[in-house]
Amino acid sequence: MRKTDTHPGEWRWEEDGVTITRTIAWSGPGCHSQCGLLVYSKDNRVLKVEGDPATPYSEGRLCLRCLALPKVVHHPDRLTRPLKRVGQRGEGKWEQITWDEAYGLIIEKTRKIQAQYGPESIAVMMGTGRNIWHIGAKLAYTGFGTPNVCMLFSGLSCYAPRLRVMPITQGFFCVADCSQMFPDRFDNPAWKVPECVLVWGNNPLVSNPDSFMGWWLVECMKRGSKLIVVDPRRTWLATKAETWLQIRPGTDAALALAMINVIIEEGLYDKEFVEKWTFGFDKLRERARQYTPDKVEKITWIPKEKIIEAARFYANSKPAAIQWGVGFEQANSGISSILALQALWGITGNLDVPGGNIINKPTTFREIPPPLWGRQELSSELKKKRIGGKEYPLVPMAQPDILIDAMLTGKPYPIKMAWIQSSNPIACMGADSKKTLQALEAMDFVVVADLFMTPTAMAAADLILPVSSALERDAIRAECYETAWWGPIRTVNKVVQVGECKSDEEIILELGKRLNPEGFPWKNVEEMLDFLLQATGKSFKELREQGAPRYFPFEYRKYEKGLLRADGKPGFETENGKFLLSVPYFEKIGLDGLPYFDEPPESPFSTPELAKEYPLVLTTGARHWGLFSSEQRQIPELREIHPNPITEIHPETAEKYGIKDGDWIWIENMRGKCKQIAKVTASIDKRVVHAQHGWWFPEKPGPAPSLFGVFESNINLLVPYGQQGPSGYCAPYRCGICRIRKVQEE
Amino acid sequence: MTRYGLLIDYEFCTGCHTCEMACKQENDFGVGKTGIKVNEIGPMQTGPDKWALDYVPVPTDLCDLCSKRVSEGKKPSCVMHCQAGVMKYAPVNELVKFMELKAKTVIFAPR
Repeated sequence: MRKTDTHPGEWRWEEDGVTITRTIAWSGPGCHSQCGLLVYSKDNRVLKVEGDPATPYSEGRLCLRCLALPKVVHHPDRLTRPLKRVGQRGEGKWEQITWDEAYGLIIEKTRKIQAQYGPESIAVMMGTGRNIWHIGAKLAYTGFGTPNVCMLFSGLSCYAPRLRVMPITQGFFCVADCSQMFPDRFDNPAWKVPECVLVWGNNPLVSNPDSFMGWWLVECMKRGSKLIVVDPRRTWLATKAETWLQIRPGTDAALALAMINVIIEEGLYDKEFVEKWTFGFDKLRERARQYTPDKVEKITWIPKEKIIEAARFYANSKPAAIQWGVGFEQANSGISSILALQALWGITGNLDVPGGNIINKPTTFREIPPPLWGRQELSSELKKKRIGGKEYPLVPMAQPDILIDAMLTGKPYPIKMAWIQSSNPIACMGADSKKTLQALEAMDFVVVADLFMTPTAMAAADLILPVSSALERDAIRAECYETAWWGPIRTVNKVVQVGECKSDEEIILELGKRLNPEGFPWKNVEEMLDFLLQATGKSFKELREQGAPRYFPFEYRKYEKGLLRADGKPGFETENGKFLLSVPYFEKIGLDGLPYFDEPPESPFSTPELAKEYPLVLTTGARHWGLFSSEQRQIPELREIHPNPITEIHPETAEKYGIKDGDWIWIENMRGKCKQIAKVTASIDKRVVHAQHGWWFPEKPGPAPSLFGVFESNINLLVPYGQQGPSGYCAPYRCGICRIRKVQEE
Repeated sequence: MTRYGLLIDYEFCTGCHTCEMACKQENDFGVGKTGIKVNEIGPMQTGPDKWALDYVPVPTDLCDLCSKRVSEGKKPSCVMHCQAGVMKYAPVNELVKFMELKAKTVIFAPR
């Protein structure tokens, strides 16, 4: 038996002249997860990546993206030196410069823009779920001194809404309990197999969303868990489910309210839990009464019998867990869906019980670093200037729909500089991709920091900074992420150096020190990480030496034991100590305190005239096995599995439009069009098509107008800005309208 | 000589392609070559409200059951990394015992 199968937990050792380093893949390239790796390297080359059997989070398993990591690290197209634009924007003419020159240029532009327009005219934009999140905020607030930090996509429609709502309604984040809190996992005696898992708005096997590994669900199924799946597509999980609810995209809030209605009116709720621990039950009951299965059948296109069956099955299963995902957040009713899904676990007593939805508050300390690290250092005057702050008090970041308009119009004040780190908003994330590009083009100065030359960098950057991948950096998977993206605390360990790349941490610390030396007092990244880790009682090196991820004791039913509230009393860390089924704070800021359903802004029902021209419901964004968001498209072995973008169409619909399996088709609406390859499948409703997202083609010419073909197959060309929900969160990425036709030969 | 094989519990194979990439990495196969390939069967209607969608990875002529890894005491790379944990490597006569206990299983003995 080799040491790699039985290693006692060192973080690094040698075997036959090869160095083996234990680390995690976070990030980039994607994703949100933190699977344990054994990285084999020699002479500054990664030879291969294998799973680390001693990491309970992943048990030695790895997905194809991690197995392809060496191809990413040593890809010939990696950015390896800072590049300064010398031609026109988009022309693709660059000059290699030193890091000192790059920092000098940034300081010069920043000082000029700060002096002329104020620090608030700088916008910092980041990608989803990356290591960049806590430190990127610090750069914005403490470095640039701007309140405007965000992800550049409509309604911040990805987990951010749930991360905002959960602390208000229940104090901390929640996750489906698949034994992940325990290092001995499925064998832990305190854990129970969920009798039912309600999988809603995600296909976790593919997406492994929010640090929840899809295969945990398969292990639960092997142990007897039954499924209810809410998904417009008949996925593998849907075919295995007791009940599959093929929902019309964007109507999740109505479905959840109908299930609440059935559960309450049939007396299937947990009366003791509701009485003792929740607030607003009667109001919720009144609201849910409006959502009868009859009415909701018409809204969701799901037969009422199935709605009732699913409600009963979920409520009667003990324990039952909900594994939720971004699907319902990418609709204007997203916030209501969140409230309603939380209410499901709240009224059935499945909260913080073994095999239910557990509150992942660590028993020892609060988040490290705090979410939006550095925000407290902004003056109250600057805090008030946050874009969208007046319109959307619930949103703590810059509200991107309003930010896009500010970038284009200069109102309410000019935005002149964009800092884009680990994000490719014209290929992915950004709605209305051409408008997103126009907004970036309107900037005086754009910096893009990334692993590869992306369409966004090619089109808009004045300066490009080469970023280290997950195998090229020292970092921590820290507490802020431990609760939001659950996982045990541990270090990310540098294996190799590629070119002159720097890690996100290095870039932000080195630039931060130049911008605001007092705000970044740490000599090097290790000192900064030690500072962040203070509350754990371990330094970076101590944590690294430990090798294994660090688990803390986990307790169920923390609300009974006084383990959730700062004052140590039983209950929840909320405005009135209860789990909120109705939210007083929402009412105070002019929002509905209860969930409700709002029809998608463009649909067969809300815009019947438009729907005559664009008769199909368009949903997007189902994840790819081998590609994370817009990444990995330059990796041949992964493109072999995903050579081209795919749109799924029902056979009857395909026949109606004269489309055959494998045809290139146009998908178009009022905003734009893109082409993808038709996959004719009975797995989708005949009134709905599903188009993949994030597509660009690194093999196509980079300079404008091609921009690596980013506007050829990009479904976000059809997705609007400005139709976010009333809170400023949640936008209809997944519930638009379109028509389709075959691409004719030229 | 004892014949070894791969048992696959295709009730729980999710079609994630991990086995393919694990094989490519181990053998440096690159594009167009693999020692194992995932096949999709369905979706196919099998009852009034019942659909089947199965994935079955099948080893190719390039599969040597990771003889080098196995000689070092390790599992074949596909078996080790399988996301859904549905693959076993053992002598065929031992695998048959698993098969007797579990439906929707298949044993491959590539060589």
